[in-house]
Amino acid sequence: MIGLEHYLTVAAVLFVIGIFGLFLNRKNVIILLMSIELMLLAVNINLVAFSTHLGDLAGQVFTLFVLTVAAAEAAIGLAILVCFFRNRGTIAVEDINVMKG
Amino acid sequence: MSADLNIILPEIILSIYAMVALVGAVYTGKDSLAPMLVWATAALFVVMGFWIGATGSGDVMAFNGMFRNDAFARFAKVMILISAAAVLAMSQGYMERRGLLRFEYPILVTLAVVGMMVMVSAGDLMSLYMGLELQSLSLYVVASLRRDSAKSTEAGLKYFVLGALSSGLLLYGASLVYGFAGTTLFSGIIAAAGEGHLTIGLLIGLVLMISGMAFKVSAVPFHMWTPDVYQGSPTPVTAFFATAPKVAAMGLFARVMFDAFGGAVADWSQVIALLAVLSMFLGSFAAIGQTDIKRLMAYSSIAHMGYALIGLAAGTETGVQTMLIYMAIYVTMNVGTFAFILSMERDGNPVTDIGALGMYSKKEPGRALAMLVLLFSLAGVPPLLGFFAKYGVLMAAVEADMVWLAVGGVVASVIGAYYYLRIVFFMYFGEDREDSLDKSSSPLLTGFLGVSALLIVVAVFNPLGLTVDLQNGAHAAAVALVN
Repeated sequence: MIGLEHYLTVAAVLFVIGIFGLFLNRKNVIILLMSIELMLLAVNINLVAFSTHLGDLAGQVFTLFVLTVAAAEAAIGLAILVCFFRNRGTIAVEDINVMKG
Repeated sequence: MSADLNIILPEIILSIYAMVALVGAVYTGKDSLAPMLVWATAALFVVMGFWIGATGSGDVMAFNGMFRNDAFARFAKVMILISAAAVLAMSQGYMERRGLLRFEYPILVTLAVVGMMVMVSAGDLMSLYMGLELQSLSLYVVASLRRDSAKSTEAGLKYFVLGALSSGLLLYGASLVYGFAGTTLFSGIIAAAGEGHLTIGLLIGLVLMISGMAFKVSAVPFHMWTPDVYQGSPTPVTAFFATAPKVAAMGLFARVMFDAFGGAVADWSQVIALLAVLSMFLGSFAAIGQTDIKRLMAYSSIAHMGYALIGLAAGTETGVQTMLIYMAIYVTMNVGTFAFILSMERDGNPVTDIGALGMYSKKEPGRALAMLVLLFSLAGVPPLLGFFAKYGVLMAAVEADMVWLAVGGVVASVIGAYYYLRIVFFMYFGEDREDSLDKSSSPLLTGFLGVSALLIVVAVFNPLGLTVDLQNGAHAAAVALVN
């Protein structure tokens, strides 16, 4: 029988993979965007699981909001990334280093 | 339903204005309309600010408790609107001269301001998240406004990646809070949490939400984006980042802590006290070696957020009141300081190197004096207003039996005084280099600088009853929030 705990565990694992993706990835900014998406999706699993468990619709409404915002966020992230690429000709994470200190 | 719409009328008006202005400008003059739009937006902000400040009363909920309009929200909204209007007015000349003034700028600022107003009025995890994201998404774009500059786009990219991470943390915390409290409404969460210590699920959710919000107020250890974003963004945008969003984020922080977790003050006040101490000390130490004044102001704002967090950490009515007064004074000082930074230029190019201020007092004694007043006030030297701001939050900490926190605040402010006084040293005793600054060409920026410095000096004497009004407003706001 699959219960609430299983969903929460999957969500927690996905969330942690997302955070590790952000911090350990040294290659490509696109992977950062994918990691962010993974974190938000983990939150969605959490919300839907809790919503079903509690018999309360608010969690699923919240999920729809999160999905919408995640789409907008990805669009803005990619737009900024395109501008960055035009200026620097690279999207490697190690090249985001004009400012330091 | 129409009663609900009445309560959020200011937000609706601003949103409709933003959409109409966006579509209107796209179909007509585009960037040639930008100066007009900037002034119209600033005027609208001022009108809204006075309207909210003068007519609002009572404590009303809209949309079944999702949106709350109380004295606290109104106080924060007035600060947000007025400071955003001031920054818009200051940015017009600077951006136009550098070909930066696009018509999207005032519109994005308007959308960010709507997000901030929703944040400070949030009564539900969903309205909190939507307000926060509306603000953040607009700010990511504004940070990379200078599309052809490697620095500006890098600032935008860094802000975006780290901002999205913080939103993710906050959201994961919110999902846990929802699961363990059974509702997204703050009023339901505070009832489910009860008095005393939180259950483990709520506690983890609370800590994750604090991390997300600490990021937005740029408290250590979630500050790493601040210096780069402040340095890389165009200076008017930096001025905006340093004022209205900080007020909104502190407002949201206080809102969540008291409205949703007000029964468990002991649980969160230690976490916030730790954030406060770390921010004050890192802000003071890391600013010492900086030569770029925008980067220095970033560390200065980290330290100042630490002081404001002391008021929140106290967890009392006095604490919230002093925190709000601190934010009002902080915003006033920052508007003046950035009016000065915006006018730092040589041969029409912006200069941000502190060394270029050498012997500035000889060229422009009046402006140097105004900047000296502001820097002394930022450092917290009595009898200027900045001193009373710090004194207020430190006293609130002492009253809440957190003497160690107050002692830490005093020590950090002594360390921090060094880098403010270093700028004063350059202005009055530095060496007159060949690449020193031109005379300021903008009477408007000088006006903002002068008015801000004047307020810092005379506010102690309560001119026109302003200081007492500020205190009364902050007191009413704190009472509305804490009880």
